[in-house]
Amino acid sequence: MFDIIIIGAGAIGSFLARTLSQYESNVLVLEKENDVGNVTSMANSAIVHSGYDPVPGTKKARFNVEGNRMFPEICEELDVSFRQIGSLTVAIEEKQLSVLKELAERGKKNGVPTKMLTAEEVLAMEPNITKDVKGALLCPTAGIVNPFTLTAHAMENAIDNGVKLHLGEAVKAIKKINGGFQVDTDVATYEAKVVINAAGLYSEEIAKMVEPISWKINPRKGEYYVLDHFRPGFVNHVLFPLPSEKGKGILVTSTTSDNYLVGPSSEFVDEKDDFSTDPLTLKDVRAQASLMVPNIPFPEQIRVFSGLRATPSTHDFIIEPAKKNPNFINVAGIESPGLVSSPAIAKYVVEELVSAVFPLKKKANWNPSVRKYIKPSEMKDEEREAFVKAHPEYGEMVCNCEQVSVGEIKDVLSRSLPCLTIKAVKKRTRAGFGKCQGGFCQPKVLMLLAEHYGISPLEILYDKEGSNILLKESK
Amino acid sequence: MVIEKDLVIIGGGSAGLAAANAAYDSGVKSILIVEKGPFLGGILNQCIHNGFGLHEFKEELTGTEFFTRLTVESEKRGIEYRLNSFVTKIGEDKSVYYTNKEEGYVRVKAKAIIMSAGCYERNAGAIGIPGDRPAGVITAGQAQLYMNEYGYLVGKKVFILGSGDIGLIMARRMSLEGAKVLGVAEIMPYSNGLNRNIVQCLEDYGIPLYLHHTVSHVWGKSHLEKIEISEVNDALQPIKGTEQVFECDTLLLSIGLIPYNNLLNQLGLPTSRSRGAWVNEHMETKMDGVFSCGNVLHVHDLADNVVAEAKVAGKAAALYLQNKLPRHEELILVEPGDGVGYTVPCEIDLENAEEKIPVKFRVRKPTKECYITYTFNGEVIKKIYKQTIIPSEMEIDPIPKDLFKGEKSGKLVVSLTPKEVK
Repeated sequence: MFDIIIIGAGAIGSFLARTLSQYESNVLVLEKENDVGNVTSMANSAIVHSGYDPVPGTKKARFNVEGNRMFPEICEELDVSFRQIGSLTVAIEEKQLSVLKELAERGKKNGVPTKMLTAEEVLAMEPNITKDVKGALLCPTAGIVNPFTLTAHAMENAIDNGVKLHLGEAVKAIKKINGGFQVDTDVATYEAKVVINAAGLYSEEIAKMVEPISWKINPRKGEYYVLDHFRPGFVNHVLFPLPSEKGKGILVTSTTSDNYLVGPSSEFVDEKDDFSTDPLTLKDVRAQASLMVPNIPFPEQIRVFSGLRATPSTHDFIIEPAKKNPNFINVAGIESPGLVSSPAIAKYVVEELVSAVFPLKKKANWNPSVRKYIKPSEMKDEEREAFVKAHPEYGEMVCNCEQVSVGEIKDVLSRSLPCLTIKAVKKRTRAGFGKCQGGFCQPKVLMLLAEHYGISPLEILYDKEGSNILLKESK
Repeated sequence: MVIEKDLVIIGGGSAGLAAANAAYDSGVKSILIVEKGPFLGGILNQCIHNGFGLHEFKEELTGTEFFTRLTVESEKRGIEYRLNSFVTKIGEDKSVYYTNKEEGYVRVKAKAIIMSAGCYERNAGAIGIPGDRPAGVITAGQAQLYMNEYGYLVGKKVFILGSGDIGLIMARRMSLEGAKVLGVAEIMPYSNGLNRNIVQCLEDYGIPLYLHHTVSHVWGKSHLEKIEISEVNDALQPIKGTEQVFECDTLLLSIGLIPYNNLLNQLGLPTSRSRGAWVNEHMETKMDGVFSCGNVLHVHDLADNVVAEAKVAGKAAALYLQNKLPRHEELILVEPGDGVGYTVPCEIDLENAEEKIPVKFRVRKPTKECYITYTFNGEVIKKIYKQTIIPSEMEIDPIPKDLFKGEKSGKLVVSLTPKEVK
């Protein structure tokens, strides 16, 4: 019997695993996808929000602000790109200035430092913003993060500290048994004293396996444009319009890899696996973003994508034990600001909710760090020369656009966290994230995966089951 | 490691090889070709079809035969090259940095550089195909690479978006491998491939070409399941009610090639409408001693034309190294006018120019009975009648130097003008 089973290996599941790995406990993570962070944690704005915006007193406000404070140290420990570039919430009409003042007030209540900027100050910081700007609210603690390695490294760290991860296993049923639960997946049956539901979009379905619930998770789609890294400094902060009931609005930001992100839209959809993009929605995203930043070079577009927010019917995060089962803990409805909140939520769940039902004792030898990921393209010339001399595989380039070498691919393939698919390699290393979108590197990555796992190239998947790239050998 | 070379050539495909041979023959002996792939020849390694060499070698060759002719010549000259070697950056001082497994990270102090790194394929991300993003949506060139270099077929029920030449050639290639090619959709009302490929790759195999159609939706949760095509209106937007659905496991994209000009872009060098570097009649960019040719400059229709252009760049690099290519203040700007997409060169230094200056360009759409008109400082200096002119073929016109009547500055506009009605 496991002490704790975590269902779902998104940002929440991964940080729960990492946090629990600090304690003497036998933890299993079950994930239906064949990689961690493969659904909502992968397709979002990758913003470490400051926390000025959630309604004071809500869980969103609490965990956002707590999480934001945890990020610098966590990203340092987990070797994740994080830049605290600050955000600007931009007023483009006079009447919006009063709203900014309200937001500043809200920030103050949430304990978030903000500063009102005049139009001149905004334009000095962001020359590409509309000349119609009337002012902005600066939140210096906001930042951007690499969401892919954030989740992957949190889970890797958990595994290194003893957590077990089973990928590609979907939970089908949960039964109460003596002293805990029996969890049936499509592959095997497990038992655990405590179960934590971090199943994202499907947390409603998982929660209902244990007892009736009063809330729902409604998938809300956000569509984005990704632009190539055409020019550093096109925008220097996370730029938000004023928030509305639909969310934080269409933002324009750089990413930690110096791309630019424009989006998201916000629309409820019927299906929890509808990740399609729609040209009319994207056209609207473009039009709205252009009100704030008029000259976004959309010909630099290298991809469009959509993500689904796990929007709760309660309008706030659901972080509580099931009504009749204190050892079944729901962590559900973690929509924005979920990514930034995830370490703080994990801490709270473990220290307050798990500890109430399971005795937690800190390990003496917990290691907070993952193996450093080495990237020669970010080194100075002399350093790179010495490093590649000593490690020749880092001189053999795989991805031209993002400068990823065989050394980096073999690094991620040799870690404790499984890296099974072309997409998993892409998320860890950025091979295939550039403007040719894997046109040059995908065959090389595919062959390296086949070689590493000792299987036929025909078996290598792009992403989910069935997503094989190659059909058969040619005549 | 630091080494010194007179001339570094980035990319050892047909452009790089031809430029190297020409530079050598013009007196440059210290040359290094840096090639990222495992072989010289670049993209032609995967072009096992014929149709190459008719201009350059006066016989019909396959792509592999074509570049082999060039490598034989470079071997004869003993031109040095590195394989599996990737150029990471070019310094302001013309240092070229490359990395490989054997040497590590190397800085080459170059006196001159020829950029000949080729192009990349426009892909699903760039055009944001509506719907899902499953496996099975793949660029035609990548499918060709999997097929011809790795020996794998990517699918058995194929639809093709875009009528570029690689897509057409892959329609034939996959048919020969036993795949069923259901059709080709082209958003424009005309084909973007060479006529011979339309005939030999589609018509001969009974593959329908849907002109003025595009893929309006893609379905597939993990792998491609089906696509929808629609006719488009004049604004190239899908027309409701014209949808047709095809079940298929592969959507090949043959929707254009884009110069892979990263390294020169990072130097901040100006570009032209071709998305390659801004060059003069000697293929020299705005940075002294840095030249560009082949598909990294503008996408060519034929490898033969790449070679012709690369020879100009190779000779020019030799002139530069011999201090025989001075820059002059007075320049003639070359601009694309009505109906013309871009021009190469973008400027002419008349004092350096040879007697005939080849001006290359592509037209925006197929046009019948028209003139290519060269207007210099407002005055028509040359006019050529064309029965038909199409975007899939590159136009090359040698402009006699004396037409400029000694005037060394001004603006030359290349445009398409309709035939006058009498």
